[in-house]
Amino acid sequence: MKHGKFSSRIISLTAIAVMGAGLAACGGGGAGGSSAASVTTAKGPIKIWYSNNEFEVKWGKEMVAAWNAAHPDQKIDAQEIPAGKSSEETIGAAITAGNAPCLVFNTAPVAVPQFQKQGGLVALDSFPDGAQYIKDRTGDLADQYKSSDGKTYQMPWKSNPVVLFYNKDLFKKAGLDPEKPKLGTQEEFLNAARTIVKSGAAAKAVWPSPASDFFQSWFDFYPFYAANSQGTPLVKDGKATFDSDQGKQVATMFQTLYKENLASKEVYQGDSFAEGKAAMSLAGPWAIAAYKDKVNWGAVPVPGAQAQTDGSTFSDAKNVGMYSACKNQGTAWDVLKFATSKEEDGKLLALSGQMPMRKDLTSAYADYFAKNPLYKQFAQQAARTVEVPNVSNSVEVWQTFRTAYAKSVIFGNESIDDSFKGAADKINQLVAQK
Amino acid sequence: MSLPSADGGPATLVTAGHRADRQPAPRKRKNFLGRQPLGLLFSAPYVIYILGVLAYPLGYAVYISFHDFFFTAPGVQVDRPFVGLDNYITVLSDPAVQRSFANIGVFLVINVPLTVGLSLILANALNRVTRLKTFFRVSYYVPYVTASVAVVGVWLFLFQQDGLVNALLGPLAPNPSWLTNSWLAMPTVALFVTWKQLGFFILLYLAALQNIPDELYESASVDGGNKWVQFWNITVPGVRSASVLVTLLATITGANLFTEPYLLTGGGGPDGASTSPVFLMYQKGILQGNPDVAAALGVMLVIGVLLIALIQKRLVGGKED
Repeated sequence: MKHGKFSSRIISLTAIAVMGAGLAACGGGGAGGSSAASVTTAKGPIKIWYSNNEFEVKWGKEMVAAWNAAHPDQKIDAQEIPAGKSSEETIGAAITAGNAPCLVFNTAPVAVPQFQKQGGLVALDSFPDGAQYIKDRTGDLADQYKSSDGKTYQMPWKSNPVVLFYNKDLFKKAGLDPEKPKLGTQEEFLNAARTIVKSGAAAKAVWPSPASDFFQSWFDFYPFYAANSQGTPLVKDGKATFDSDQGKQVATMFQTLYKENLASKEVYQGDSFAEGKAAMSLAGPWAIAAYKDKVNWGAVPVPGAQAQTDGSTFSDAKNVGMYSACKNQGTAWDVLKFATSKEEDGKLLALSGQMPMRKDLTSAYADYFAKNPLYKQFAQQAARTVEVPNVSNSVEVWQTFRTAYAKSVIFGNESIDDSFKGAADKINQLVAQK
Repeated sequence: MSLPSADGGPATLVTAGHRADRQPAPRKRKNFLGRQPLGLLFSAPYVIYILGVLAYPLGYAVYISFHDFFFTAPGVQVDRPFVGLDNYITVLSDPAVQRSFANIGVFLVINVPLTVGLSLILANALNRVTRLKTFFRVSYYVPYVTASVAVVGVWLFLFQQDGLVNALLGPLAPNPSWLTNSWLAMPTVALFVTWKQLGFFILLYLAALQNIPDELYESASVDGGNKWVQFWNITVPGVRSASVLVTLLATITGANLFTEPYLLTGGGGPDGASTSPVFLMYQKGILQGNPDVAAALGVMLVIGVLLIALIQKRLVGGKED
């Protein structure tokens, strides 16, 4: 019996010691010895991650090769973002583990407040020329990427302004003008949708994902809301804005689409637009390459309630973040400027069709847009984009909105008035939290 | 009667009126590492595994659930004050959480009895099959070893609005369809999980069926018992320990439901009708950066599953103990 008790004690003590050590280890370690100033000037090899999009991989490899050839003592070790359910989860885990790379060329603006809260990001204003470089390159659009503390933790990199794609063949089949379709207002959009489905040209007029993921609203409600409200973000000055006439008007339009079976409540497995199941789709310039040889497409700006020539849309931007685990931040800053230089931005545009966030986009690459007129519409639209608001609890804010939107608009289980009011109240509380 | 004991000495069987603990135990040489030091070595890997992968995270989750906690980069000093039951109150007052527990209740009510019943019946049938035995066993097992991501496509093909099931049902097809119907989404998910996991539970029952002596069936047959009587009076009691195991495993895996609603119903749709607590833990803990609330939800789920498992063991286990 004594042996048993003694063994039990040993095991118990070992367990407590192991758990205690673990808890202590997770309580936060000591900071590195280097001061903040010396880290921001330190030069040497760095690691970067970029997206697994084939065009961006090609651009990334070429950019890294060019840098490494000129800087043998400050080489870049580059790789695609490790696999995960999403890039943001992978980056978040890397921040916690302390092994995030110096730069990630695919940092979602919605994740920046959370990464910042984790202490995972470096404020780019901490570099002497940081703020000026961003302003000179991006102009006033850069302001929406500033965090609540007034600092900028992300380099505005490239946008994919969302427009309304339509299938010319299906429009023709439905008896609609494929070259100059009447899609200038939301009423016209709704009428076109009815005609398409009624004619049997396509199963659905449009098939935005009805899934509950927080980001799905960026590809149904938000572009229309931006177009309907002169580019008002979901949250402005700490208050939710969508519980307004403009917001409810967009919501009611989508509710009609679902009620009249012009849009589906089921998730489509695949690309409904590419497969001809839907006649319209909301997408950015990335879709030009994706739908090439698959769909005879046209594109128009996202319609507002009234016809307009300068409507806004959602930017669908991806930015570059510098992560605090980086030891050679001086090199990282130099690489960031190199990768966002006019020359490298031009290469990115030519390879991927995505719009570098430069205030002089159309004039800087006038030759490119002359040779590729399909992209010109997106370049013009890029100047009129709205970003996800840079606020506390941003992912929870979007999830709250998505849940309310699904409940009222997609599934009709609550009135839009009640649903949006409840979501706006909750979002106001979330945004007010630090 | 004596049997050899672990330490090589005689072990006295307990018999009425002769309690073993009344016998003075022979004194053994005291050993710091116990009577079988090698045993500690052999068991160490598993003990370390349990401590590192299960006990420590569970303990840490409990710690997190009582603090205002979020993950930070190494070296970042932040306050993580003790907040008592605040996170639990947040969880309990969240309508989405309440609904997810109700959803999982619906899931378990459908999935667990169906799993136990079907796997026992099919195992019994497979045990009697003489031809194509391997084919049938593999057929039932294949869905279990196939990734959910792969087989979900098949179920979507079956249960979508324009799917095969609705085509067969014609005017009887539900509207809204299965996966977008608030009443039918969770039962459809439960059916999918039952089908997918059936192969594993059939194997457990098949193993248990091998322990029932044929003589019992022969005796029952001689006494005039038909197949149903034999099944009910011999097979069911004979595999009771397996039934306890199947019930517990089905409950535990069911309570941890995540992948299936994530893939089948677009993340717990329609309007949260198939959201599970684990899905909400993922949303709150990983996506939204609120591991404290997610941990509180996780601790509540663990306690809930333990309570259900305890009740089930009492009900299904019967007098086995």
